Amino acid sequence: MTDATDQNSRAAASASTAKQVPMVLAEMVSKSFGSNEVLKSISLEVKRGEVMCLVGPSGSGKSTFLRCINHLEVVSAGRLSVDGDLVGYREANGKLYELAPREAARQRRDIGMVFQRFNLFPHMTALANIMEAPQRVKGLPKAQVEKSARELLARVGLADRADYYPAHLSGGQQQRVAIARALAMEPKLMLFDEPTSALDPELVGEVLDVMQGLAASGMTMIVVTHEMGFAREVADSLVFMDAGVVVESGHPDAVLSNPQHGRTQAFLSKVL
Amino acid sequence: MSSTKPNRPAAPQALPEPARAAAIKAIRLRHPGRMVFATLLVLLFVVFILDAAARPAFDWPSVGKYVFDQRISMAAFVTLQLTVYSMVIAIVLGVILAVMRLSPNPVVKSLAWFYLWVFRGTPVYVQLVFWGLISIIYQDISVGIPFTEPWLVFETDAVLSTFALAVIGLALNEAAYLAEIVRAGLLSVDKGQDEAATALGMSWAQTMRRIIIPQAMRVVIPPTGNEVISMLKTTSLVTAVPFSFDLFTRSRDISAETFNVIPMLVVASIWYLFFTSILMVGQYFLEKRFARGVGDRRPDRKADGLTGAATGTVTGLIPTIGGGQATVVLPVPPAAPEAADDPTSPEGGVR
Ligand SMILES: Nc1ncnc2c1ncn2[C@@H]1O[C@H](COP(=O)(O)OP(=O)(O)O)[C@@H](O)[C@H]1O
Ligand SMILES: [Mg+2]
Repeated sequence: MTDATDQNSRAAASASTAKQVPMVLAEMVSKSFGSNEVLKSISLEVKRGEVMCLVGPSGSGKSTFLRCINHLEVVSAGRLSVDGDLVGYREANGKLYELAPREAARQRRDIGMVFQRFNLFPHMTALANIMEAPQRVKGLPKAQVEKSARELLARVGLADRADYYPAHLSGGQQQRVAIARALAMEPKLMLFDEPTSALDPELVGEVLDVMQGLAASGMTMIVVTHEMGFAREVADSLVFMDAGVVVESGHPDAVLSNPQHGRTQAFLSKVL
Repeated sequence: MSSTKPNRPAAPQALPEPARAAAIKAIRLRHPGRMVFATLLVLLFVVFILDAAARPAFDWPSVGKYVFDQRISMAAFVTLQLTVYSMVIAIVLGVILAVMRLSPNPVVKSLAWFYLWVFRGTPVYVQLVFWGLISIIYQDISVGIPFTEPWLVFETDAVLSTFALAVIGLALNEAAYLAEIVRAGLLSVDKGQDEAATALGMSWAQTMRRIIIPQAMRVVIPPTGNEVISMLKTTSLVTAVPFSFDLFTRSRDISAETFNVIPMLVVASIWYLFFTSILMVGQYFLEKRFARGVGDRRPDRKADGLTGAATGTVTGLIPTIGGGQATVVLPVPPAAPEAADDPTSPEGGVR
């Protein structure tokens, strides 16, 4: 497959520059929907193996930023790159060329995404949900895919739920299957968009535990969350966004205990 | 609110069984009015049946004689063929039109809209008459590049039999209705599904085939079942082409010979009812098949916090212009999941 050679060469290229190239690099990224500018000159960096928590009031553009990283939205201005590759474009002779859908899909499969409302495929069992992409997108043999899917289910503590349909799983279980589904593509970066916001309070912990385990295993993660305890304990950096701008960022302990900006203080006083 | 504890054990400890009160044994509430009304209805029905059985105009011996007449069973088979062929073409065309209507390209979108406007806005009977006259409008069919010498030329009459014209006429009309059904089905699938599939790196075609269409099927099948049943009955209009080997036209022709109209109508009705009954059973099983993951069947009966965010859909029937045979599904994204388990439900009924 041409895909495989392509990946190898890219992996080799990124390995040699791994030290310098951050996993996610946003340079003055802006995004508008019509005349509504939702992201205003966002600049930030997530290093390999780092966990970044993104917090901010509703409507501040957190989801939009995550969606831009995964090229589900197209950036209006600035540069956004993942592992050294420009998202959605190819650069040649100083010009940007829009990627064909197939190339964009290839970029996306290295980035896992977990949604607030789980978005599991309701017509497939938990196991089939996890197997779908490795089988169809990567074209891996079924036996191998099933074996690793079962391992992933065990890893999120749901080995005995393989044959359950999503409707028959609790919210926390569904979200853990969704995490396993994203991990099945062996991503180098995981994006979480308020993964516990749709859960009953007593189910939040089981999902955070899985995420914490993932962070401990060295996964690079960007997590939009209101769980400040998780941010303090797991994150390497915390970014506070409001109205499309990065208001404040730094080590979670520093931002949470000693916020510099008035808007950060006001927001934290509500969620802490 | 994070915790450093390892994964919690899945099953909580069983609580001691609490003491139970005895089950309620009460005298059932009677509904005397209901009973009387039901008895009355049954009586009326029995009287009607007995009366019909005795009425000479129905000429039951003739009905018995003709119901298995070879000309009739052949005609029934032709009607079935008309239904199946035109439905298959209509489904393919309907899916294409539905996707066209959802296209971001305004030209493609308008073309599909125009098709629907024409074919839903005129009676199918009129359309069938038009198809019958096609060889007068277009004497021959040329294949090639327009305004150049054609590669192939067919005489319309020679290549298109009246059967083919009947199938084309029925299919093109039906496609307009199916397009709306399919479109509603596609729109009923939660946007998050498309997003999740795309984020996994699936292509548009894979997302459609593996994720969107299977879920849309659940919404599309009940009204499509209605359309099949409706089509079976609409085939009785092909006499407009004129095509005369279908069930209804054939039984009319036979009664013209025997001067005995009513028993032949009964014979035709029996065959139509027989087919629609089979179709209803088939629809029931199809619906069950595509309700997977939505119904309340589960691998075991253990109850543990069912906070599933399954997207349910509610189907409703509203009429649209053109023959009163349209079924449009209204998508209602988040609703209680429910399985259509009743073959006699309004969606499964004969119109
Ligand atoms: N597809 C879209 N079209 C138009 N406006 C959008 C779209 N997606 C998001 N927005 C707007 O962008 C703003 C930020 O939304 P979002 O990124 O979802 O915020 P957050 O996730 O921080 O709550 C909101 O005002 C929202 O209305
Ligand atoms: Mg959001």
